[in-house]
Amino acid sequence: MLQGLSELLAEYDVLAAFWMTIKLAVAAAIGALLLGTIVAIMRVSPVTVFRSAGTAYVTLVRNTPLTLIVFFCAFGFYITLQYRIGAQDSPIDVQNFRWGVLGLAIYHAAFVAEALRSGINTVPKGQAEAARAIGLDFTATLSTVVLPQAFRGAIAPLGNVMIALTKNTTVVATIGVAEASYLMKGMIEFRPDLIYIIFGIVAAGFVILTLPLGILFTALSRRLAVKR
Amino acid sequence: MSAETSVLFDAPGPKARTRYLIIAVVGSLGILVLLFLLVRALAAKGQFTAEKWAPFIDPETWTAYLLPGLRATLVAAFFAIILAIIGGILLGMGRLSQLRPVRMACGAFVEFFRAVPVLIMMLFAYYLFLFGFQISGDALPLLGVVAGLTFYNSSVIAELIRSGVGSLPKGQQEAGLAIGLTPFATLRLVLLPQAITLMLPSIVSQLVVILKDSALGFLILYPELVRSGQTLASLQGNLIPTFIVIAAIFIIINYLLTRLAHYLERRLQARRRGPKQPELETVMSPTLPGGALEVSGQT
Repeated sequence: MLQGLSELLAEYDVLAAFWMTIKLAVAAAIGALLLGTIVAIMRVSPVTVFRSAGTAYVTLVRNTPLTLIVFFCAFGFYITLQYRIGAQDSPIDVQNFRWGVLGLAIYHAAFVAEALRSGINTVPKGQAEAARAIGLDFTATLSTVVLPQAFRGAIAPLGNVMIALTKNTTVVATIGVAEASYLMKGMIEFRPDLIYIIFGIVAAGFVILTLPLGILFTALSRRLAVKR
Repeated sequence: MSAETSVLFDAPGPKARTRYLIIAVVGSLGILVLLFLLVRALAAKGQFTAEKWAPFIDPETWTAYLLPGLRATLVAAFFAIILAIIGGILLGMGRLSQLRPVRMACGAFVEFFRAVPVLIMMLFAYYLFLFGFQISGDALPLLGVVAGLTFYNSSVIAELIRSGVGSLPKGQQEAGLAIGLTPFATLRLVLLPQAITLMLPSIVSQLVVILKDSALGFLILYPELVRSGQTLASLQGNLIPTFIVIAAIFIIINYLLTRLAHYLERRLQARRRGPKQPELETVMSPTLPGGALEVSGQT
């Protein structure tokens, strides 16, 4: 077993594949947080049009498989329509990576928006009422009373989204980005005799990536929880 | 909506209403311009020509590709949810067991399979059936998809069950024990039936996740909706229209399921609260235990 493990590690660059997973996750997380915050603001805005547009985005994206969204980006926009992200002459794998990140960001933005909104919803009505009663105006109510509590309430669900995002980077293997699950498929096809070890390596990699994230977000949400 | 809006802002006065109207007009124009640019870009590449969309009024497109694909998706989701519910209940019971080893083993199982991505599990199951059990043919991809979905989702449902039991009033368990039931019988006869009813909305939401995740079967050649759609698209040369149609099918089914989950949740709440009670103070319906899992269980 140890021999199989060392053979695999010598032959395949497992670390590079997981590095790709990390790069995908970080880039997509930044995109999802940015886009998701915009959608969340739209969803709670006083203007009906924005609220409907935000709701429409969340409903449409949440109910579509991530696989389909990633395909739409890679096969639809990139291959069929010939759109490129960034430098026009960048090679195919760079383009696939970027479109994959975009697909992941679009998909998870819907969940980020829902997490932020649920954070706003944890703030009791009395808080805003009390703020207005002592004479704070809208901006002050929002920025000094409601939002600080809302962000704290959103940490746990946001953590769940980030963990799901890390695991969902595997979907990008379907468009040929050489991350962990892509490597796993290749490894098993060439060394089916070592299938258990291969699964063990890849599964352990994901446990190592997601477990600290879970502990971190749980600890943060406990520490920052608003006592009620 | 009205309860929600009042947390962040007062009911608008005349001045604010005018301001909102102006913002609304500018905002809708902005959104329309964005949509227009997208549609124009697609149209410029000839994605809205009649020939790209004509296949969808041909019955054969539906009978030969889309409906069989949808059927395969639903079949995989059906088996997966049944097995996941059975596995989830068993694992959930295991996590609540009096026996420490059983509790720990089930806990480790649940935590492990929640951390491993569904696609990884699917690939492993597929190749294990192929190389380990020498299974081949049409059943192989289905087995891979169902196995991958089952392991992950039974772990999620086990957590739902556990938090459902945890949210029951303590008196339920005490009453069960007081009338002389064993701890196991209390769990089985008193706690679980209530927990499962309580978790019904979350289980329906999990079905949405399973339906979406079945699309991962694409990678192990399971002829589900996305793959059969891609076969169709490569034949007709209309990838983007096909993807739009497939997305619409998924969105409609999943939207209806989500509505069903909300309906169940409202009914259960009405039942627990009894008729005619004032709205709760917090804006969102008090999330059922495991409500956060609805988000975490996504692929």
